[in-house]
Amino acid sequence: MIIDFFARALIAGVGVALVAGPAGCFIVWRRMAYFGDAMAHSALLGIALGILLGVDPALGVLGVAAAVALILSGLGANRSLTSDTLLGILSHSALSMGLIALSLMRGARPDLLAYLFGDLLAVGFGDIYWILAGGGMAFVLLLVLWRPLLALSVHEELALAEGINAGAVRAGFMLLIAVLIAAAMKITGALLITALLLIPAAAARRFAHSPESMAVIAACFGVLAVCGGLFGSLQFDTPSGPSIVFAAMLLFLFSLVAGLRDARGKRV
Amino acid sequence: MTQAAPLISAHGLELSLGGRPVLTHVDLAIQPGEIITLIGPNGAGKSSLIRVLMGLVRPDRGEIRRRPHLRIGYMPQKFFIDPALPLRVTRLMTLTAKAGRAEIEGALGETGVAHLADAQVQSLSGGELQRVLLARALLLHPDLLVLDEPAQGVDFGGQAQLYRLIGDIRARRGCGVLLVSHDLHLVMAATDRVLCLNRHLCCAGPPEMVAKDPEFIRLFGEDAAGAFAPYAHGAHGHDHAHTLSGEVAPATDPAHDH
Repeated sequence: MIIDFFARALIAGVGVALVAGPAGCFIVWRRMAYFGDAMAHSALLGIALGILLGVDPALGVLGVAAAVALILSGLGANRSLTSDTLLGILSHSALSMGLIALSLMRGARPDLLAYLFGDLLAVGFGDIYWILAGGGMAFVLLLVLWRPLLALSVHEELALAEGINAGAVRAGFMLLIAVLIAAAMKITGALLITALLLIPAAAARRFAHSPESMAVIAACFGVLAVCGGLFGSLQFDTPSGPSIVFAAMLLFLFSLVAGLRDARGKRV
Repeated sequence: MTQAAPLISAHGLELSLGGRPVLTHVDLAIQPGEIITLIGPNGAGKSSLIRVLMGLVRPDRGEIRRRPHLRIGYMPQKFFIDPALPLRVTRLMTLTAKAGRAEIEGALGETGVAHLADAQVQSLSGGELQRVLLARALLLHPDLLVLDEPAQGVDFGGQAQLYRLIGDIRARRGCGVLLVSHDLHLVMAATDRVLCLNRHLCCAGPPEMVAKDPEFIRLFGEDAAGAFAPYAHGAHGHDHAHTLSGEVAPATDPAHDH
């Protein structure tokens, strides 16, 4: 029984990590870590809305994350408002509103910890199809967006001058992140989704010589982190989200040590 | 393609940014095969003007005509790549263009940096990066090269070479070139026409004429104007240093505001 649940969580987690690694590279290159956090924190509000409206919570997450992305990009157009402060306000407000909405629910109150930090037992059969469909959609979106988004990330003005439609590409990328957040929600929890985007990509940097190789390595590291984290979670009965992030952190430390050895090798 | 049609022509351009007028009453036309240098003090609207001409910014008023199917090769003023993004020169060249290895190396060879094809972009020096970016613009087979401060971060000897290279490229490819600069003396030697911009077009014409224009002298000072003398007589492509600082005199004459 528990093995069934575990296999489901593993399949879903690997599916999400395969897309989250490459998508996370863009989060790193475009310095959008805080942006990702703001979107991920809004996921809790999405869950509350989904339950209230009687639809699948994942749909609620997708809707709210997409709305937050729209608000953020709209505010970003106003130069005087682009700042860490503004993202921080939005991020924490969304998280707090989600927590309030969930705590006000009468009757079968959802398990808050599971939503915040992930619960591998929470991945049901329905979820797995949903997560794989979402992951597949995110993967297709990533393939379509890759070239124009990379050009935009290298030099926005140059990409514009060469005919890239920045508005459409950026909107597509936000939709991609929203889908990923909805898919990863059950496994890592709202608070830790950004880690699955950031850490494998950051760990991949030292081993990569091209954007494409960094994306592939980040996907591999993401899969390793999910597998390691979920086995640890099963073994030690720890929450799945933090266990995955811990495994990712170990991979990142490994990349740091490998980088240090490289640097020393070059100097000698 | 008609021979006489300008690559780009603009009439009555007006642009304000954040409530401040940046461009007022700007008219200009760029002919095929011509090198135009846009010169002016900091904040004169040089970069804004080229953004408007390329269609990146919509002017508040005025009309722009680009020749149909005009291909523009652009080299931006500031170019910084996040150290977290691993990028080889070849990949930088093909961000939007589709080109094979031979074509890429051909373009890099034209700007003298074919040996850098596999280098990481972050490891390039200022001069190397500018040449790579120029090669990148060439890869698009441009009818017009738009180069915003191409000699930035390049040492003095390298600057002279870079401007000579731009002249060679024009001669070989017959493309128009729109240069933006505020280092006067070197640019002047390699340009057909100078447009002096200080939110409006102060003066325009061949470099020797512009250098004598009272508006130009007011903006850039007597030193700058005097520095043209050797270029007016001298051969092309000399590389000796002048005492001229190349700095811009402050434009503070209130009587001139219009």
